[in-house]
Amino acid sequence: MRAASAPNQRPPDARLLVADANDARGRLCHAARSDLPRLLRPGDLLVANDAATLPASLHGHDLRTGAEIEVRLAGWRSLDFASVREFDAVVFGAGDYHTRTEDRPLPPPLRAGDVLVLGPLRAEVLGVLGHPRLIALRFVGTDDEIRAGFAHHGTPIQYAHVGQPLALWDVWTRVAAQPVAFEAPAAGLLLDWRMLDARTARDIGFATLTHAAGVSSTGDAALDARLPFDEPYLLPPATVRAIERTRLIGGRVVALGTTVVRALEHAATRGATLRAGAAVATQRIGPATRLRVVDAIVTGTHEPGSSHYQLMRAFADGALLARVSAALEQSNYRTHEFGDSLLIVRKCAAAAHGCAARVATIRHGQCALNSA
Amino acid sequence: MNPQQQQTLSGLRVGITGGTSGLGLALVEDLVARGAKVAFVARDAARVLAVATQNTGAHGIVGDVSRKQDIYPIALQFTGALGGLDVLINNASTLGPVPLVLLADTECEDLEAALRTNVLGPFRLTKASLGALAAAAREGGPALVINISSDAAVNAYAGWGAYGASKAALAHLSRIWDEELRAQGVRVVVVDPGDMDTPMHALAVPDADRASLKRPADAARAIVALIEARTEEAANARRIRTEPAPA
Repeated sequence: MRAASAPNQRPPDARLLVADANDARGRLCHAARSDLPRLLRPGDLLVANDAATLPASLHGHDLRTGAEIEVRLAGWRSLDFASVREFDAVVFGAGDYHTRTEDRPLPPPLRAGDVLVLGPLRAEVLGVLGHPRLIALRFVGTDDEIRAGFAHHGTPIQYAHVGQPLALWDVWTRVAAQPVAFEAPAAGLLLDWRMLDARTARDIGFATLTHAAGVSSTGDAALDARLPFDEPYLLPPATVRAIERTRLIGGRVVALGTTVVRALEHAATRGATLRAGAAVATQRIGPATRLRVVDAIVTGTHEPGSSHYQLMRAFADGALLARVSAALEQSNYRTHEFGDSLLIVRKCAAAAHGCAARVATIRHGQCALNSA
Repeated sequence: MNPQQQQTLSGLRVGITGGTSGLGLALVEDLVARGAKVAFVARDAARVLAVATQNTGAHGIVGDVSRKQDIYPIALQFTGALGGLDVLINNASTLGPVPLVLLADTECEDLEAALRTNVLGPFRLTKASLGALAAAAREGGPALVINISSDAAVNAYAGWGAYGASKAALAHLSRIWDEELRAQGVRVVVVDPGDMDTPMHALAVPDADRASLKRPADAARAIVALIEARTEEAANARRIRTEPAPA
């Protein structure tokens, strides 16, 4: 694999590796990513995370020590997205994204009551959360003033594999709506309006939820082990209705990104049926997770060991994922947020409505593309 | 008037550009009075603060739609402050060079500046807001873009070259977008509010008979009526979609 180092949301040669756990021989196939709608079938439902990305990286200094710092907003302390005063945040010492996070210095020792000066913004440290890099903070001012400060001083969180500074237009997906994500819900970057029109014509449903995607990496092993942090989400009633209809007609629910899986599977545990509304996803998804809602996932490529990789284990066993990793390597797929994508279809339970009637996404070792 | 009767747009999320004078200010006032959640943008920080203070609940944003770098910050503040977006009103405009000059006397840079404010600004802000508008449409909201135009976009008035040409481009952009976005439930309309007694009109026609001009509040009322009609239409469509079919 190679790092996708340019912020190109939809390179014309973007690829999609397809793994369908229903294929008895565990075969894979390669497709052009723009053909995603043709890999879906009438009645399927594509669910995306429509969170827009905050400019969550804020540079400045700690008033007490004068030390230069970078604050990366990483968690909402309130379920009410209208309130932008309090956040959990990961703090780095001097430097910026050009240095790998693993190599970034620690911030000065912070303690409750410290004041951080971040461009036009001021924030008070509410406390250190069990790790010298992780703090709770409260911004000074009205919500409108704080949002204006983010808008003019903040930049998208980014990592060393992309050399040029990212702007919001690089990280907002075409469907980006409420700015609540700390990092882009990157699987959704593949969407454009042409694709959304194409799936309408083929009776493939489209629905969204808003999930406050958190940071994907801190560069610190102890802190990374705590990822993903708790993430609030909003599941609209219209999306619940669309999922119920999909179930009824035996279609598949296809999650665009790990955050969609986390939100939907969390919402499914809140009651006997999928419940609309606001909640906080706290669970981890891994090999032992029984998926209740999502049948397939479209996601970027992830390294074994990461929380994203663990989530994929809920869709496919280790043997199939090992073949996926080998194929990504062998075919030189691009990795990271602007890279190529994977579609993994989980094995449907024989008892599930429509399972027997489902046609595999892979036929005769080829991606089964339906008519345009 | 009974304030209770006026809350026809309770909770509706509306973003307005050019919200501190003329039609834009009248729209802010009318929409706030009708219970809408309003965010507006304008260039002058002091005037933004004054309008936000006079219209309790309205969110004032400082920005310039003609600047590419300002567009995402504006979109971020609109959707952040309002919790999404149902209606976007691209109202901010420039006349181009004033006093008005013949097209042949118009500097290239002045034409470019008019296109930046009147065409590129609305294009960029609408594009950055489409995700929020499409989300509103999926949830049964009105999902409406209103682009403010002029009869100068249709009729060839001598001296109105930069303004007329830029508004004609905006009007055609709107019609194409309306064709393309209808399938997503987003509508884009062009409104010609007529000749109004505004600071901009005074710049263009300093010796106009002000008594013959429309009051901005009346022009705003007509646009708000259009928003009300679209909101009701969207709500009816939602009711049809979500109610179980009769057995």
